[in-house]
Amino acid sequence: MTDPARSAVIGIGNPHRGDDAVGREVARWLRDRVPQGTRVLETEGEPASLIAMLEGLAAVWIVDACRSGARPGAIRRLDVSATALPPGLTTVSTHGLGLAEAIELARAIGRLPARSVVYVIEAASFDPGSGLTPDVAASVAEVGRRILAEIDTAGMRMAD
Amino acid sequence: MTTRTIKVDYLARVEGEGAFKVVVRDGAVRSAELKIFEPPRFFEGLLRGRACSEAPDITARICGICPVAYQMSAVHAIEDAFGITVDGPIRALRRLIYCGEWIESHALHVYMLHAPDFLGYDGAIDMARDHADAVRRGLMLKKAGNAIVTLIGGREIHPINIRVGGFYRVPRRRELDPLAEELKRARDLALETVRWVAGFDFPDRERDYAFVALRHPDEYPFNQGRIVSNRGLDIPVSHFDRHFKEMQVARSTALHSRMADGSSYLVGPLARYALNFDRLSPPAQEAAREAGLGPVCTNPYRGIVVRAVEILHACDEALRIIADYAEPDRPHVAVEPRPGIGHGATEAPRGLLHHRYEIDEGGLITAARIVPPTAQNQASIEEDLASHVGGFLDLPRTELQHRCEQTIRNYDPCISCATHFLKLEIDRE
Repeated sequence: MTDPARSAVIGIGNPHRGDDAVGREVARWLRDRVPQGTRVLETEGEPASLIAMLEGLAAVWIVDACRSGARPGAIRRLDVSATALPPGLTTVSTHGLGLAEAIELARAIGRLPARSVVYVIEAASFDPGSGLTPDVAASVAEVGRRILAEIDTAGMRMAD
Repeated sequence: MTTRTIKVDYLARVEGEGAFKVVVRDGAVRSAELKIFEPPRFFEGLLRGRACSEAPDITARICGICPVAYQMSAVHAIEDAFGITVDGPIRALRRLIYCGEWIESHALHVYMLHAPDFLGYDGAIDMARDHADAVRRGLMLKKAGNAIVTLIGGREIHPINIRVGGFYRVPRRRELDPLAEELKRARDLALETVRWVAGFDFPDRERDYAFVALRHPDEYPFNQGRIVSNRGLDIPVSHFDRHFKEMQVARSTALHSRMADGSSYLVGPLARYALNFDRLSPPAQEAAREAGLGPVCTNPYRGIVVRAVEILHACDEALRIIADYAEPDRPHVAVEPRPGIGHGATEAPRGLLHHRYEIDEGGLITAARIVPPTAQNQASIEEDLASHVGGFLDLPRTELQHRCEQTIRNYDPCISCATHFLKLEIDRE
């Protein structure tokens, strides 16, 4: 089966900027729930640090906030194992290089895990110092449960 | 009369938004204009009425690539107003976090933004498909810089641990040991970087620049020193306003800077290197010589090699600081606000960054002036275009345009900083 130590969940965001923290909140929800050995990591999303986190992984689930015009709290699942993030999807980056570029850079240097999934949650507010808005907070557990199910399925599929 | 216009409306692989236009008449460059259209950001205005203790955190937001530089120039200027001197381990930690920022910023520019120009790719992702090992090396270097900034600054972007007088918290001795191990590996990668970029093809273009940088009695400059030039300037930081003038030009939302006599000047790695070669670590000097650089480099395209040499120096300096580190009794010196005017200048990755604050009896800022390196380099970038593009006019249009962009990227321009600023336009008939 998939070696749990070679899978990870990575929550991206700034914990002090409202809904930007939602990826990290999903990571925190998962911290005590993932199978032993699956790593749960948090990052502000700086590309070199994010790509370093991918080293040696067979599977990764990345969770980030986004602003696409959908309703706040809306969840989208994007399998980036073989294809890039869609150009219309803007993840919120504190930096010139965003998540889409980091994933493509990782793919180009052979560091993107064979199974790579991105969950994005539509954000409503990025106000400094504020917490998650209610609609976004309500999606944390739902995304957490979906990722747990994917980790279980990946493990069983690999065990067959 | 024949006229050609070479025009790029939105320049890629620079930080911020700008463009450029070169007008060629009868086979000669008539004019070269760098246009900066990123909206002005009014940082100096919004600092008025804020507590001077807020300046390092507010000015850090000017840039996501070089926040430490803004924090450092801010704290030095305010400490100058208050008559405070910071030395010993706190001063050393300031140099250490600055090493981290240089490594981060230079690695990003050398590998992700500028190397694709020399190797013929549209960007880092295309380049990475053929040069994966090099890009992995660049990312590892960047991460080593991140590690320094995170440990000393609290987080890798917009650090939160820097204050007037020192830090909110200083690291324990044992916290630095794993960092030293990462930096020893980074040091080897930096040396490989110098050798890698030294093998690129460089256009044979030189220009007689007026270099301006800090110079310190015994350090390659980060935080302190006198402002010097290769034209005989040698002044304390507090005399900056007497010798450098800012002026508004219609094509740029960032103020242009000139010497008092109206001439242009250059700040950044080429200037720092030319004025401080003797202060580089011996291995960095040796690597520079091996890479074919003399103690002065006037070919702006070789700036990528100088940046790589500075990465190596920053790794050496960081390791030296860590080896000598003794935990201070307090994370900061006592700060007693007093009214006054303070000046600070430090060496941001892109060059000299000057701050000036006027502070009232209540410790509030009544006036602020921030002169970033890219704003100072605008005139020099335009002169490089005018001077060097003439030699490339026989190239096909796309290659000519690319050479123009490369010429601008030699400066690693940070437009966001300059507007607290890129797009290309070449006009020829």
